[in-house]
Amino acid sequence: MKKNWPLWEVFVRSKNGLEHRHFGSLHAADAEMALENARDVYTRRNEGVSIWVAESKNITASNPLNNGELFEPAQDKVYRHPTFYDLPDDIKHM
Amino acid sequence: MKNNLYNYILGIADNSLILGQRLGQLCGHGPSLETDIACTNISLDLFGQVRSYFQYAAKIAGDQRTEDDIAMLRKERDYKNVLLVEQPNTNFAFTIGRQFLFDVYHLAFLTELQNSNDFTLSVIAKKCVKEVSYHLRFSSDWVKRLGNGTSVSKEKMQEAINGLWTYTDELFYQTNADKEMVFEGVGVDVTKLKNNYYSRINEILLEATLEIPESKWFQTGGKEGVHTEHLGYLLSDLQYMQRTYPNMEW
Amino acid sequence: MSEEQIKNLEIQFNARIERDEKIEPKDWMPEKYRKTHIRQMSQHAHSEIVGMLPEGNWISRAPSLRRKVALLAKVQDEAGHGLYLYSATETLGISREEMYEQLHTGKAKYSSIFNYPTLTWADMGAIGWLVDGAAIINQVPLCNTSYGPYARAMIRVCKEESFHQRQGFEIMMKLANGTSEQKDLAQDALNRWWWPSLMMLGPKDEESVHTEQSMKWKLKRKSNDDLRQQFIDQTVPQADLIGLTIPDPELKWNKERGSYDFGPINWDEFWQVVKGHGPCNKERMKARVGAWKEGEWVRDAAIAYAEKQANKNFNKAV
Repeated sequence: MKKNWPLWEVFVRSKNGLEHRHFGSLHAADAEMALENARDVYTRRNEGVSIWVAESKNITASNPLNNGELFEPAQDKVYRHPTFYDLPDDIKHM
Repeated sequence: MKNNLYNYILGIADNSLILGQRLGQLCGHGPSLETDIACTNISLDLFGQVRSYFQYAAKIAGDQRTEDDIAMLRKERDYKNVLLVEQPNTNFAFTIGRQFLFDVYHLAFLTELQNSNDFTLSVIAKKCVKEVSYHLRFSSDWVKRLGNGTSVSKEKMQEAINGLWTYTDELFYQTNADKEMVFEGVGVDVTKLKNNYYSRINEILLEATLEIPESKWFQTGGKEGVHTEHLGYLLSDLQYMQRTYPNMEW
Repeated sequence: MSEEQIKNLEIQFNARIERDEKIEPKDWMPEKYRKTHIRQMSQHAHSEIVGMLPEGNWISRAPSLRRKVALLAKVQDEAGHGLYLYSATETLGISREEMYEQLHTGKAKYSSIFNYPTLTWADMGAIGWLVDGAAIINQVPLCNTSYGPYARAMIRVCKEESFHQRQGFEIMMKLANGTSEQKDLAQDALNRWWWPSLMMLGPKDEESVHTEQSMKWKLKRKSNDDLRQQFIDQTVPQADLIGLTIPDPELKWNKERGSYDFGPINWDEFWQVVKGHGPCNKERMKARVGAWKEGEWVRDAAIAYAEKQANKNFNKAV
C-alpha cells in the first residue's frame, strides 16, 4: 500500500514561562519537516517561541470507556483541597 | 551618488520582487497543503523586503513616485534582477532548485550588507538575514530530500540543478553602479562571495548525492536589463492593473 | 453491543450534548454523528482549499504591493484553515488522502460559490466582503459546536479570519470612492457576487435535509433562511454606506419585520452549479486534481528520504 505523510501533533510554547500547549496537527514526512511545517502553519502570527512535534501514533491515550475508574475516584477526595479545613478567621497567611 | 544608490537598491529589490512573484504564482498549487503554506511564507517575506527597499528608493528619488510606481511601472529593460529568479516554475524541483541557488547567495549577500555604511540598507539587511536563513534551511532541506528520495525525484532535482546552473555565475557580476557603491562603502563586493558560494553549494549537493554540473558557460545580462523571454510574461501580470488603469489608487 | 445498549448510549450521548458537554474523538458516538461530521467538516475543509483558487487567480495581478501581500496572506490563511479542518476531521477516523479522493471524484462537495469566475480586481473586494461575510455568519456559531476538535478548529479559523472581510471591504470602499471606472468595477462585481452569496447560505429551509438533526448536534444554530436574512440585513447598509446598489429591485425595508424583504433567488441556478454545471466547476477540479497528481512524486520522495534517514539513525545506534 502506498505510504502517505504521517500525522504529527504540534505543541507550541507561546512565550517563555508558559507550558507547551497542543495547537493542532499536520502532515509531514519526517520530524524535521514536521517542525518546519508547524512553524509555517501554527506560528504565522507570532504565536510561539518553541515548538514540539510528536508523531500522533506515538502518543498513548487513556480510554474514555475507563473514565469512571480513572477519574471519578478523585472527585470525592475533598480533603486534598485547602477549603476542606476549618481555620479560625484570625489566622492569616496559611 | 544619489542615482547610483537608487539603481543599486533597485538591483537588490528586483531579485526579491521577481522571485516573490514567481512563488506567489504557486499559491494553491503546491504538492501538499503544508508545502503550499511554506512557499507562500517565503513569498510574503520577499514582498515584505521589496516594500522596504522600494519605499527607501522612493524617498531617495524624491519625486512623486511611490513604491508601486517603482515596482510596477518600469519597462522590461529597467528591471535589474538576475536571470535566475525569473526562471519559471517548471516543476517543484525547479522551484526548489531556483530557491536554493538563490538563497545561498542571498544569505551571504545580506550578511555583508548589514555592514553597509548606508544606515537604512544595513537595518533592512539585519531584518532580512533572519528570514533568508530560514529560506535557505527550507530549500536546502528539500534539495537533500529530493536528491536522496526516489530515483524519480533524484533525476528531476538533478535536471533542475543542471538547467539552472548557467544562471549562477551572474550573481557575482558587478555593474558599474555596483562598483561605485562598493567603493563608497555602501554596496557589497559580490565578487568576494563567489568562492564560498560554490563551496557551500557543492557541500549540499554532495549531501543530496547530486552531481555538480561541469558546464562553465554562464548566462548573464539580467543586471544590465537584458533578460530571458520569461520575464516579459511575468511583468505583464505584475503590471496589468497599473497599466490598464493608470493613475488610480487601490 | 446489543441494540438496547446502543440505544442507552445514544440517550446518554444526546444528554451530554444537551448539557453543552463537548464530544471528544475517542468518546463513543453514534455512527450517524460520525458520518455527518465527516461529511460537513470535510466539505468545509474542501471549501477552504478550493476557495483558494478564485482569489489565487489575482495574486500575480494585484494592483499594489500592499494589496498583494494582504491577498497572498489571506489565501495562505485559507490553506491553513483547510489544514486545521482536515486535521480535525481526521480525528473521526478518515485520512486526508481519503477526503481528497472524495473531493477529486466528486463524491464530496464544496461551497458552490467558488465555481464562479473572478473576472476583475473588484472581485477580490466582493469575495472578501460578501463571501467571507456570509462565511463568518455560518462559522461563528460553530465555535460552540458539540464536537471538540471542530469547535477548536473553528475558534482558530474565526480568530484568523477577522481580517479577511475587512480586507475585502476596504478594496470595495476604495473602488467605490475612486474614479468612475473604478466605481463601475465595484458595482459590476457586486452585481455578479450578490446572488451567489445569498445562495451560499444554503437551500431554503423546506428543502434543507439536514437541518433538524444538525441543530440538535449544534452543527447548526440557526436555519439557512434566518442566516440569509441576517446576512442581508447587515450587508445592505454597508453597500449604502459606500454608495453601491444591491442588484435586487425588490429589496425593501420592512418596518414591521425590522428586516429587508428581498426578491426571489434563482434556485435552479444554485442546484445546477451544485451538480457541476457552474462556470468553473471543471477548472477548479482540474486545478486541485492537477496539483495533487503533480505533487505525488514529491510526497513519495519525502517518504523515501524519511525512511532512509530512519534506517541511518538505527544503524548508528547499534
